[in-house]
Amino acid sequence: MAGGSGFRFARCALGMRSLLASLRGLRIVAAALAARIPGAAWSMPLPVGLSRVRWMGVMIAVLVALLPPARLAPAQDAASGEAIYRAWCLECHGAEGRGDGPAATHMLPRPRDFVGARYQIRTTASGELPTDDDLMRVMRDGLPGTAMPGWPNLSDQEKRDVVAYIKSFSPFFERETPEVLQRSADPGGGADRALAGREVYGTLECARCHGEQGRGDGRSAPTLEDWRGFPVRAADLSEPWLFNGGMGADAIHTRFLTGVDGTPMPSNQDALEAGVVTEEDLWDLAHYVAGLGPAEAPELEEVVRVERREQLPDGPADEAWDDLPRFYFPLVGQIVEPPRQFSPTVDGVWVQGVHDGAELALRVEWHDPSNSPDPGWQEWQDKIAGALYSDESAIPVEPLPDLLALQFPMTFSDGRGRPYFLMGEGRNPVYLWLWHSRRGAVEGRATGLGTAEVVDSGAGLTASAEWEAGRWRVVFRRPLAAADDGMLSFSEGAPIPIAFFAWDGSSGETGTRGSISAWYFIGLQPPPSNAVFMAPLVAFLVTGGLGMFAVRRAQKSYRG
Amino acid sequence: MLQKTRLLATVAAAGLVWACGGGGDAGGDGDAGDAGGETAAPVVDPATAGAISGLIAFEGEAPAAERIDMAEEPECDDAYPGDGALTQHALVSSDGMLGNVFVYVKEGLGAGFPTPSQPAVLDQENCRYHPHIVGLQVDQPLLIRNSDPILHNINTQPSINRGFNISQPQAGMETTRDFGMAEVMIPVKCDVHGWMSAFVGVVDHPYFAVSRGDGAFSLPNLPPGDYVVEAWHELFGTQTANVTVGEGATAEVSFTFNAGMARNAVVPLGDPLIIKHAEDGSLTAVREPADD
Repeated sequence: MAGGSGFRFARCALGMRSLLASLRGLRIVAAALAARIPGAAWSMPLPVGLSRVRWMGVMIAVLVALLPPARLAPAQDAASGEAIYRAWCLECHGAEGRGDGPAATHMLPRPRDFVGARYQIRTTASGELPTDDDLMRVMRDGLPGTAMPGWPNLSDQEKRDVVAYIKSFSPFFERETPEVLQRSADPGGGADRALAGREVYGTLECARCHGEQGRGDGRSAPTLEDWRGFPVRAADLSEPWLFNGGMGADAIHTRFLTGVDGTPMPSNQDALEAGVVTEEDLWDLAHYVAGLGPAEAPELEEVVRVERREQLPDGPADEAWDDLPRFYFPLVGQIVEPPRQFSPTVDGVWVQGVHDGAELALRVEWHDPSNSPDPGWQEWQDKIAGALYSDESAIPVEPLPDLLALQFPMTFSDGRGRPYFLMGEGRNPVYLWLWHSRRGAVEGRATGLGTAEVVDSGAGLTASAEWEAGRWRVVFRRPLAAADDGMLSFSEGAPIPIAFFAWDGSSGETGTRGSISAWYFIGLQPPPSNAVFMAPLVAFLVTGGLGMFAVRRAQKSYRG
Repeated sequence: MLQKTRLLATVAAAGLVWACGGGGDAGGDGDAGDAGGETAAPVVDPATAGAISGLIAFEGEAPAAERIDMAEEPECDDAYPGDGALTQHALVSSDGMLGNVFVYVKEGLGAGFPTPSQPAVLDQENCRYHPHIVGLQVDQPLLIRNSDPILHNINTQPSINRGFNISQPQAGMETTRDFGMAEVMIPVKCDVHGWMSAFVGVVDHPYFAVSRGDGAFSLPNLPPGDYVVEAWHELFGTQTANVTVGEGATAEVSFTFNAGMARNAVVPLGDPLIIKHAEDGSLTAVREPADD
């Protein structure tokens, strides 16, 4: 097994100790997250009626057909698989394959238990084992939305060996040969069928767990458990890039029929056979669910473009926000300082900004199935605390609020010298906008985790918030200029660093347990100036002049 | 698309006795009903067959039933006027008898009992499972029915068999499954309605029963012999007794549970499972408590 930086990263991503040691900046994790987000590689134009997964299937089939027969099914070497397993998999999945490695207690969902052999992502019927191809796919692509990464450092043969080894943990594989569940082909129509799919969403009562808007906030959501009794989230259907089984209508349709074993998500194969739903219904539903989120994972941009407008939007629901660009920033658990949070609720924020030359308005939007504090989620909070926090400091028992902190440098001149991303440090503090789900926003200052104190820039920060169907939208407003010289003033032109810290109270997140982003920027659009009109004019004249000059010379030399 | 889990031993066993026919009523009916077990296995000589019968008693104060908040499902909630629906984890009668105990012959029987073709039934009505405890034989069909006009999902959580999780979004929908290996017990739950819970006991012979509300059970038509009988309760754990059945005799055996046993109750899901292969091709499973 060779070295290499990708290799090393993958190792430390799973080796929690080395991950902690190497985490000087969360940018590494953010970059890794961005790299893991599927999308970029899939952007080829597709023939009509062929979804991505099937198109890949066709390509794989063609490639396989071109291979010499001897390479079709190379022997699997469980002994070689064991060596690889011990190097890469054991930290999470444990020496005996029971999903109880040293890092497992930090994770929700817990790592797969290969002995119980309940596999979520399969192409087989509910209750069946996965095929080798199913296991290979997970090793190749990982399970988005979980701690399981893809393994580009392992060759296909090595992956096959690992598959042979992990199957050897469970006697089920000796007794049964899984068969791929036959599914109907997509009848086509794509997004046009989504409206009909909304009806099926009602028939199958998907909203009971996934919520009316699909954000995982259904009535049963706070009670859901996996097969080992650990709390499990109903998938947020509007964030398909985090679907365990991958995005796109075909993958979604597969989950409808296979179910997601070990979780509350049932198979609808029996309902199909009983005629409660038709083949067409399920495809309509697949297109509806696919349409609840973007077709591709959101691209990470560094800078929030804060446009200049005559008028600022009124509140979080003002339609004026719809015309402004949205920027997505991934968040990951705060795992540098204890107590840590490895499996946070908030996995990203959408940010929009607008200013009018005197005041800045930022709308931050994120998905959180609970409007905390909410007694209806108290049991969930206790279960999360029991599953994730038992090895560290005090477990919260009170219903906790949702919180959001926007971090900025305390003062700012040239765009460099950002404070430490975890709430700054002694000589380089951060300036904070601290929002509390029941008390609104205050300004703050911090010199490290847990040191936030309320300060007042004299400028007057206000916030208005709205929680609706599993989504927070908070609008912050503050005059660009601070009254106090020692506080941050927002100026046009130079990008100003910004970072995010979010807490879901109903998951017991408070203090250092929450999710955090790396540093990004907001850039305020300057007012239209004369330069804007002069530059094109100058360019036009220079180009025209050079053109005339060239023509003249050519004419001269032709005559000569 | 019913995928059947097959076990070599039971397949072989079923083959051996297929010619004998058989079948009969198995599986509990009613919340604490007497669970059949009266299969006439032709291998049993009626002239010498005996029986085991007894009572399940309960000492001490039973955990109080709690009210289930079904307000979110008016269709179900309306079926429980007055105090509303109450939990039924411990079904203790006024004279201290315990219902819903699964009693079965754990050791002492040979193989080769025919598989009934008549299904055991697990119904979902008014957001509850009926019965709460179901017994059936290996490979015997389990008919799962939804009698409610709302979505239920049936999430089975066995350790030895393969667990399935299916939706039943419509009243009247029926699904038939079976379990290929003996397993006591298989938890069943509905994730939509977290209070819904049932247990399925799968054994490879017809000698099982569920104690009624008055604590009584019986295992008729048993060949004479020495047996180990186990009584299982979802809160109070298991107890076993050695019983000798003489020719044509009914052996009496009783079990007493008490509230103090509750901590030894249901083995948590997810405990590591060790499956052992015996020389005769049969498989047994043992759970080991997790280290933590």
